[in-house]
Amino acid sequence: MATVDLIDVRKRFGATEVIKGVNLTVADGEFIVIVGPSGCGKSTLLRMVAGLETVSDGEVRIGDRRVNDLEPMDRDISMVFQNYALYPHMSVRQNIGYGLKIAKMPKDQIAAKVAEAAALLQLTDYLDRRPRDLSGGQRQRVAMGRAIVREPSVFLFDEPLSNLDAKLRVQMRLEIKELQAKLGITALYVTHDQVEAMTMADRMVVMHAGVAEQIGTPLEVYESPATVFVAQFIGSPSMNILEATRTAGGAQLGDMMLPGPGGSGSVQLGIRPEHLSRDEAGPLQMHVNLAEPLGANTLLHGWLAGTQLPFTASVPGVWRMTGGTEELQLSVDPEHLHFFDKTTGRRL
Amino acid sequence: MTFKGWILPLLLIAPQVLISAVFFFYPAGQAIWQSLFIPDPFGLSMQWVGLGNFEYLLGNKYYLASFWTTAVFSTLVTVTSMVPALFLAVIADRLIKGAGTYRTLLIWPYAVAPAVAGVLWLFMFNTRVGIVSWYLGLLGYDWNHVLDGTQAMGLVVVASSWGRISYNFLFFYAALQSVPKSVIEAAAIDGARFWRRFWTIVLPLLSPTTFFLLVVNIIYAFFETFGVIHTITGGGPQQATTILVYKVYADGFVGQDLGSSAAQSVILLVVVGLLTVLQFKFVEKRVHY
Ligand SMILES: Nc1ncnc2c1ncn2[C@@H]1O[C@H](COP(=O)(O)OP(=O)(O)OP(=O)(O)O)[C@@H](O)[C@H]1O
Ligand SMILES: [Mg+2]
Repeated sequence: MATVDLIDVRKRFGATEVIKGVNLTVADGEFIVIVGPSGCGKSTLLRMVAGLETVSDGEVRIGDRRVNDLEPMDRDISMVFQNYALYPHMSVRQNIGYGLKIAKMPKDQIAAKVAEAAALLQLTDYLDRRPRDLSGGQRQRVAMGRAIVREPSVFLFDEPLSNLDAKLRVQMRLEIKELQAKLGITALYVTHDQVEAMTMADRMVVMHAGVAEQIGTPLEVYESPATVFVAQFIGSPSMNILEATRTAGGAQLGDMMLPGPGGSGSVQLGIRPEHLSRDEAGPLQMHVNLAEPLGANTLLHGWLAGTQLPFTASVPGVWRMTGGTEELQLSVDPEHLHFFDKTTGRRL
Repeated sequence: MTFKGWILPLLLIAPQVLISAVFFFYPAGQAIWQSLFIPDPFGLSMQWVGLGNFEYLLGNKYYLASFWTTAVFSTLVTVTSMVPALFLAVIADRLIKGAGTYRTLLIWPYAVAPAVAGVLWLFMFNTRVGIVSWYLGLLGYDWNHVLDGTQAMGLVVVASSWGRISYNFLFFYAALQSVPKSVIEAAAIDGARFWRRFWTIVLPLLSPTTFFLLVVNIIYAFFETFGVIHTITGGGPQQATTILVYKVYADGFVGQDLGSSAAQSVILLVVVGLLTVLQFKFVEKRVHY
């Protein structure tokens, strides 16, 4: 159990900088999810904490120690890899007990610890099997078992669920979260799946091109995204971003006037599809040319009158298209309008 | 895929069967047949002796000594060619800069023909003009493999293993490269340092390659080292380096005792067959594919 601190951490591969100064303070026992699109540097960041990549600049601290120059085994961490990285020539029992054996724990204690972990992960019946004779979900559990028996200060996860099918993913997501809460071990969890991030995180780090664009609780990130990128990355379907001009009474969108908090200047305006509602007297006129029924609600795709920009709205219930395009009046609560700087993309 | 009829499958295996027949089964059959006779000194007639040749060989102390020589020689060659190869491959695997040059240099010795390698080594260790023996002499070590059986054995082992190191290196290197990086990393996180990882993770994962090389190198030591032995020691001194294959040649072509030579070939065939079966039965159990 420990805190983790990243202080202006940078990583360069040759001349290219892939992590461009990340600052993060993780409290003891906290579950942090690092989320971002492919190639943004999530794995690299995690691997620097693990000691599998050197830190080019800045400082990584675990507990009250600077660990930049420590080997992985001296950092008191454990890690679950995307491909599980089980030892193929060892049984499940040996896989889980390997770290304990190296730590020179007495045999009977190892057996007890392995049995305990196996019971917790429902692996008791598979202890004598080889990894290749297990299903993906079971392998995932073995990797978890290997991570928990050593009782590390910090858990690191690199997309541990991405090789599982959707249903198992939901189940394992809950199991991992419960297990972490029960053991109270600080966790850093990398994923590119924003649903995983939203559901598991105490706080999440949204990364983009080597920069931590926003760090906050899932709801903070959802309700007040710090940048256009975060706004569009978190939330599904993704937020509509439109060019608008702020006026004293709200925002001017083409020839439509949206009431809202006053301001001035050219901005990017964000509206989440789920915050739009049908309203005959609403200020927004939308042309709908595609409806995607999801059961509980329907996604309407089209564009806003006078803007030509693609626009998505989510309306409750079932919606049946009758013709080629349909017209629809919508309104949005002023508190659900997001304004971003036109050039920097930062929240205003 | 399944075949209907039997013509196509037969055609497909025909070349293999033909080659095996011409170059293996026919000579082997001939050897077995000849091993049952003693030809007269002029080669004009053959006298049937049944298993006489075999009885004679198995009671002959020179022949039995040759068995022992072969066992020592092939064990030494296999170890001397595999252990350094593995060590070099591990280093190459860790190298990031200059790995290409290093690999190329390591592969060169393999391109040298065994007999040429034999001559090279012979030259270096020549008792009168060899540079190595001269230096050994300066150090107070008297090198004379022409008289000293142990030294002769050492020399043929080194000369035979030298080129093989490259061959084994290539296989070990490729196998090392295919060990998943994340498995090694997981072991590092689990607390295993370099050598611990090597013994408990890397080596077991290399075992299919090691097993394959073991079989191949033993067969090499048995048969293909003929050129080296022939150029360096000619089987001497006092048969100290006469391995079974060399004895087949020495007794058959030099000594003109074709019946005994044929019987020796048959025994050799059986020994190699048994050895391979044994390897598959006992060693393979410990291999993790
Ligand atoms: N060893 C390396 N040498 C050079 N560049 C690298 C190396 N490892 C990663 N990179 C680069 O660093 C960037 C970040 O890679 P990283 O693996 O951290 O991405 P990621 O966010 O984990 O992506 P994914 O979701 O696809 O796993 C990528 O552009 C990648 O090409
Ligand atoms: Mg990654």
